[in-house]
Amino acid sequence: MFSEFLQYLFTGITIGATYALIALGFTLIYNASHVINFAQGEFLMIGGMATVSLMAMGVPMLLAIILAVVLAGVLGILLQRFAIAPAKQADVVTLIIITIGASIFIRGLAQLVWGKEYHVMPNFSSDEPIRIFGAVLNSQSLWVLGIGAILVVGLVLFFTRTLIGKAILATSMNKEAARLVGIRTQLVLMLAFMVSALLGSVAGVVVAPITFTSYDIGIMLGLKGFVAAAIGGLGSGVGAVVGGLLLGVVEAMAAGYISSDYKDAVAFSMILVVLFFMPRGLFGAKVVERV
Amino acid sequence: MLKTMLRRAGKFAAIAAAGLVMSAQAAEPIKIGSFLSVTGPASFLGDPELKTLEMYVEKINESGGVLGRPLELIHYDDVGNASSARNFASRLIRSDRVDIIVGGSTTGATMAAVPLVEQAKIPFISLAGAVVITTPVKEWVFKTPQSDRMAAERILSDMKERGITKIGLISGTDGFGASGRTQTLEVAKELGVEILADVTYSGSDTDMTAQLTNIRNTQGVEGVLNFGFGQGPAIVTRNYAQLGIKLPFYQSHGVASDGFLDLAGASAEGLRLPASPLLVPDSLPEDDPQKEVVQSYKAEYEARWNAKVSTFGAYAYDGLMLAVKAIEAAGSTEPEAVRKALENIQGHVGVTGEFNMSPEDHNGLKADSFRILEVQNGAWKLIN
Repeated sequence: MFSEFLQYLFTGITIGATYALIALGFTLIYNASHVINFAQGEFLMIGGMATVSLMAMGVPMLLAIILAVVLAGVLGILLQRFAIAPAKQADVVTLIIITIGASIFIRGLAQLVWGKEYHVMPNFSSDEPIRIFGAVLNSQSLWVLGIGAILVVGLVLFFTRTLIGKAILATSMNKEAARLVGIRTQLVLMLAFMVSALLGSVAGVVVAPITFTSYDIGIMLGLKGFVAAAIGGLGSGVGAVVGGLLLGVVEAMAAGYISSDYKDAVAFSMILVVLFFMPRGLFGAKVVERV
Repeated sequence: MLKTMLRRAGKFAAIAAAGLVMSAQAAEPIKIGSFLSVTGPASFLGDPELKTLEMYVEKINESGGVLGRPLELIHYDDVGNASSARNFASRLIRSDRVDIIVGGSTTGATMAAVPLVEQAKIPFISLAGAVVITTPVKEWVFKTPQSDRMAAERILSDMKERGITKIGLISGTDGFGASGRTQTLEVAKELGVEILADVTYSGSDTDMTAQLTNIRNTQGVEGVLNFGFGQGPAIVTRNYAQLGIKLPFYQSHGVASDGFLDLAGASAEGLRLPASPLLVPDSLPEDDPQKEVVQSYKAEYEARWNAKVSTFGAYAYDGLMLAVKAIEAAGSTEPEAVRKALENIQGHVGVTGEFNMSPEDHNGLKADSFRILEVQNGAWKLIN
């Protein structure tokens, strides 16, 4: 009984940690520009696919991962430079639509370059699962959780301790004022896209051994990540993490205890309930309308 | 200026005249129409199917064609979309005026074209799997792949031979998995196999540990069957191994490919599935009637396209060969004669199996045309 519960919990936390990392990417860009970047899932795909294809070319794993993450970062900058920046006068909705277009473009490109097959990536460490109280934990799950935790701490430090982090926060609060005090807001925006791409691609690399990877892996994971961000409250880092973990655990519990048929339904009804009672999400900032 | 124009016109006239004479001499081609999902999400079906059709139409023409007439392949790409399949089927019938249609990569595309074909009364050999295509029998519609029902029969009878009568079922919620699940439940009732646990996963799920834990904790389960398609079954297989479940494990024919072995890796060890003999051409016994056909199709396809042969291409091979055989037997391309000839094909050995058509059976295959394979040391091993 307990081992069953523990098994569902492990499953949920592993998936949840992935959702959380994706949600953090959404949060970051949202904070800097109020844009919801629907190409976030594509960064995840680039991370996994580039690593796999570099490894197939004989590049050692660690180097392949670093190159893949750098590639995603460059892509994030390019996305901001060539798709978002030229439309700077456009309103937020237009920008969101641009990101959707960009995601379709990136996915199409990936399909041409890498084909449509699913690819395997080996576990970072042993393939042997770990047994705890009768439940089984994939060793890769520990990597997902560990790297996720490091990234979260890193982000918190980045935003509270560094000038650039603070500049991003300032830009998100008031773009005009930020520009007046000498922050180059375009640069800040570019930086936000880059960091968010790095984040997404790292998530893509660490989960690839569990989920496999293919050119279209980003669609569903990206969507779930967005759901997690919305539950937690768009714009809140803590919210993204809590929302992701919550979504993962609820999904796994629903699949285990109720029925796998209703798994997604339960997850999506949860958003309805959360947003109904707390329209800004669990940790969303309270907005005061100024008249 | 005028001179050169005149000269050119003269040249054209000469070429045109020569063309006319040529076409009058050569027999009128037999038109084989096809609509396939060559690109789009179902391209893994349509791509090898088109390659196979192109290659064998060429080959047949090199050796003199059929009834002394060359074959002409007219094909369209439906991109996996049922409504464009319908449009292309209509174009094949009305403006290309084909003699027979061999195509329809997916069940959706096939079913969209069926009413048109029935109306126009043109023989149609479908390359898609679901039972509904030929059950109930439609006068003008035939198909080459085995149905998912046969796969379920084959798996469950193999389980019974091993003494397994209580199983857990995990299936995908996509069309393939859902149809497979329905068929499995029906066949299980007939064969007296009890399904104690029945869980599903959606195509984009990345972890099926929860569903498998559910099956593992169900009392009395003696074996597990996963009916699914794509990467899902590979994840199920890996989770199955991680959870350390020791019960006999079966997959469906949906993942019978070498790609699945690459994805599932060592976790696939010991699992069984029903598959085309195409996966194990060399381990077929010498007296197996299919051995030669299977080996030569594989060799020819791989030599020509420099790509791995696939079960789906074989459906097109069988479809084309059945069409050719029927036209030869009918002695003409008169639709009713060809249809009758198709219905009367007996003992035709194809890559997929031995076809014995009848007015009641427009598929002509038996469940035992599936071979049961087991994964041993990372490779397919023929069991039965």
